[in-house]
Amino acid sequence: MSTNRTITFTLNDAPVATTVGTHQTLLEALQAQGLTGARESCAQGLCGCCTVLVNGTAVSGCLYLAVFADKADIKTIEYSPEGQLDAVQQAFIECGAFQCGYCTPGFVLMTRQLLDGNAHPSDDEIKHYLSGNLCRCAAYPEIIKAVKLAAARRESSRQSMDKG
Amino acid sequence: MATSTAAVGRSIPRLEAHAKVTGRAEYVHNLRVPGMLIAKVFRATVAHGRIRTLDVSAARALPGVFAVYTGEDIRKLIAEPYYGPAFHDQPILAIGKVRYAGEPVAVVLAADAHVAENAAALITAEYDALPPVYDEVGAMTSRAVVHDTLKPAGTFADLKYLKDKRDTNIALDFHLRRGDVTKAFAAADHVFEHTFRTQQVLHLPLEPFACVAEPAGDKTSGSLTLHSSTQSPSFVRAEIARLLGWPDNKVRVKVPYLGGGFGAKVYVKAEALAAACAMLARRPVKYALTMEEQFYMITKHATTLRIKSGVTKDGKITARECEVWWNGGAYADIGPRVTQKSGFTAAGPYDIDNVHIDSYALYTNLPPAGALRGSGIPRLVWAYESHTDMIARELKIDPLAIRRKNLLREGRPQATGTPMRDAALDLVLERLAARMAWEKGFDRGSGAIKRGRGLAIGFKASISPTTSMAIVNISADGSCALYSSTVDMGQGSDTAMAQMVSEVTGIALEKITVVHPDTDVTPYDMATLGSRSTYHMGHAVKNAAEDARDKLLALARDVGLSAETTPIPDIFRKKYGMLAGNIVGVGSFIPPYTPPDANGQTENATPFWMIGATGAEVEVDTETGEFKVTRLVNLVDVGKSINPSIVETQISGATVMQLGFTLTEQMNFDAGQVTNASLADYKIPGIRDIPLMENEAVDANQRSGPFGAKGVGESGTFGVSPAIANAIDDAVGVRLTSLPLTAEAVFRGLCKKAGKPLKDH
Repeated sequence: MSTNRTITFTLNDAPVATTVGTHQTLLEALQAQGLTGARESCAQGLCGCCTVLVNGTAVSGCLYLAVFADKADIKTIEYSPEGQLDAVQQAFIECGAFQCGYCTPGFVLMTRQLLDGNAHPSDDEIKHYLSGNLCRCAAYPEIIKAVKLAAARRESSRQSMDKG
Repeated sequence: MATSTAAVGRSIPRLEAHAKVTGRAEYVHNLRVPGMLIAKVFRATVAHGRIRTLDVSAARALPGVFAVYTGEDIRKLIAEPYYGPAFHDQPILAIGKVRYAGEPVAVVLAADAHVAENAAALITAEYDALPPVYDEVGAMTSRAVVHDTLKPAGTFADLKYLKDKRDTNIALDFHLRRGDVTKAFAAADHVFEHTFRTQQVLHLPLEPFACVAEPAGDKTSGSLTLHSSTQSPSFVRAEIARLLGWPDNKVRVKVPYLGGGFGAKVYVKAEALAAACAMLARRPVKYALTMEEQFYMITKHATTLRIKSGVTKDGKITARECEVWWNGGAYADIGPRVTQKSGFTAAGPYDIDNVHIDSYALYTNLPPAGALRGSGIPRLVWAYESHTDMIARELKIDPLAIRRKNLLREGRPQATGTPMRDAALDLVLERLAARMAWEKGFDRGSGAIKRGRGLAIGFKASISPTTSMAIVNISADGSCALYSSTVDMGQGSDTAMAQMVSEVTGIALEKITVVHPDTDVTPYDMATLGSRSTYHMGHAVKNAAEDARDKLLALARDVGLSAETTPIPDIFRKKYGMLAGNIVGVGSFIPPYTPPDANGQTENATPFWMIGATGAEVEVDTETGEFKVTRLVNLVDVGKSINPSIVETQISGATVMQLGFTLTEQMNFDAGQVTNASLADYKIPGIRDIPLMENEAVDANQRSGPFGAKGVGESGTFGVSPAIANAIDDAVGVRLTSLPLTAEAVFRGLCKKAGKPLKDH
């Protein structure tokens, strides 16, 4: 069927060595590591439920082959160096920006990536950037509110750091 | 006893919010257990046929395959392997014949999912084709019959008359008769008749169906644990136990969070196959569907609806006749209940003396249809609210005025004869009119872009008679656990129920946990469906919390303490000499109900009414037929809100889901095969598809509800489709009578109106 390869990568700051089939996706490899924050849903790279960061860039874990992650730096929703919620997660909670929660990790990761590149996105920019993430519960209005709240919080914490 | 500030009526975040934003909330689709095998299904490629050959030898021979099972293998375990909530008609794997393309025919088990999938692709089958029937109206008289005999489950008394009926596709015919429509039509100034259609769509939760079955021992001495993404753990337990010939307590059903349900995950879905495989293999088995496979599991009925009204010249509706045909697909699932429970509201929330309703559940050779958010209601509202506007237009009466004139007022009998109670129809309509500024001027657009607006109002009865049970357990340290089999699939029930416990006991919300459904631990609940939990389980939870509170007060009195002022731990310490013991409160609830007579008449059809209305504004490009929904205003009566912000997300979420069913979602078929079974080809609403929306739960009170509350999960769906169709007609004078509403259909309408009709496809 396919051959196996041993790959190494950094997963949420911890080194990992594992054997994967060349047909296996990064999503499968992560689930084998016991991480379930990235989830299978559409399996076509259309819904964003399987979003993970490879070398700092969001990819669809259901399409990204695990062997391509060899030597890469992988981060998932479980990554939390401070051990506490960041401004995006906090804003999602306060705005009620999810219902069932299945798609939420993907939205959180994409929102972080959006705000890293655009500190004050407009409604249109938010919608454009998050259009690759689907929410069947349709918490979209609350998600847009949460993105804006997170942007404002990140701005004010930057300002207080500048002052500090 | 410690007291906290009021918990009910506050917009507190969901209890599980932290787990959800950190990716740690548990879903069965992600679950792995040691020694687990993966099940992959081989599915039928024809819509109706006898299985002539089924060759699984190549699959069995593939290295890594643990086992391959067919319907005959299942029969060695379960002699009659047919299941279903209304009819025992659905085989775990096809036996003898297949009834829809996509039906499970064989299953492969392997430790590696890819091996199982590859092996399933090596299975071959040949079929002797049987004539298929796809159309719901055609199924009434078709010579092609999907099931040789009808097999009602026996759980519903009103289905028993169908037992062993032969050569029919009618799985239920429901009839309601009130007054004399024939006489009233003859006396009416005007009679209007229209036919409407809706397409087959599906729930498509982002977490597809999943069940992990873990057997212990064999069929004679064993037991079985099912981890399942189900909305109905108590039903799953009983139905799997029935199939295995076991008492209920040998089947344990555990449910973590659901990645969406919307009515898909009710009754038995993935569980029967997972359970049978696990018992045959004596290994844990996971059966988790792909997104594509969801298109073959359960859907929402396509329907044809004919509606005829007798009306006076000033717009009073005097008679209404409705015929509804529900395309149930190959297996009945809960379709017969939809046919009846929704069917009796088919004439709309109007005060009409003469009503005649015929509602038919039909078998066809399509994927099965069940209940989807709103059950049958959004399709009925689509018909009667489009019809209402068409009448108003003909009679040159304002759409708001004709509704005001005919609306069912408090205390007036609905078509079943049940008087309306705590149904804020008029308030919802008036608030909608006010928010739309209906009686003020409206910008009708300019040039090629025309603007229009429309409104629609609908109502729904709750599911009755159904039972809920709950347990509230107060620990000696003053913390508290609620045991309930209500499933939190995103609607926020854990949070709402905890708020009720806090309100009654005075225990702070942070000290209350909600134990998730586990049929060995949490007591019976009918199911999480039909917006019944807030009301039914809410009552059970309130009763259990009151029982616990009263027992705690009694305990304090026994040991000579004031329950009002003593902290809970001190009461237990005084009683037991240390922090030990607990207080267990129990509660149950079943609302009163009177079954309908042969004419569909009853004094008590429902414990409460859900009311939903939508106003829509659209812009239509008269050169292309393209249209844009620019504003949706959604009004509901949910009684008193337990958690207003969660209520609002339920309203807007329901509205957007129905917006998808209105504009873009449609299962396409070719010879019974679904041709767009993926998110690439089946378009659900994304973040860019959301119009400007306003949502309001009107100031209402359900006096019979817990804390004045009632269900909210579906009401936002009711008015969406007809409000948009009415707005399009208002903008450009084109009336669409089939869903989904498309630019092409508008363009065809514009061409026809201009006297240059386009050719059909």
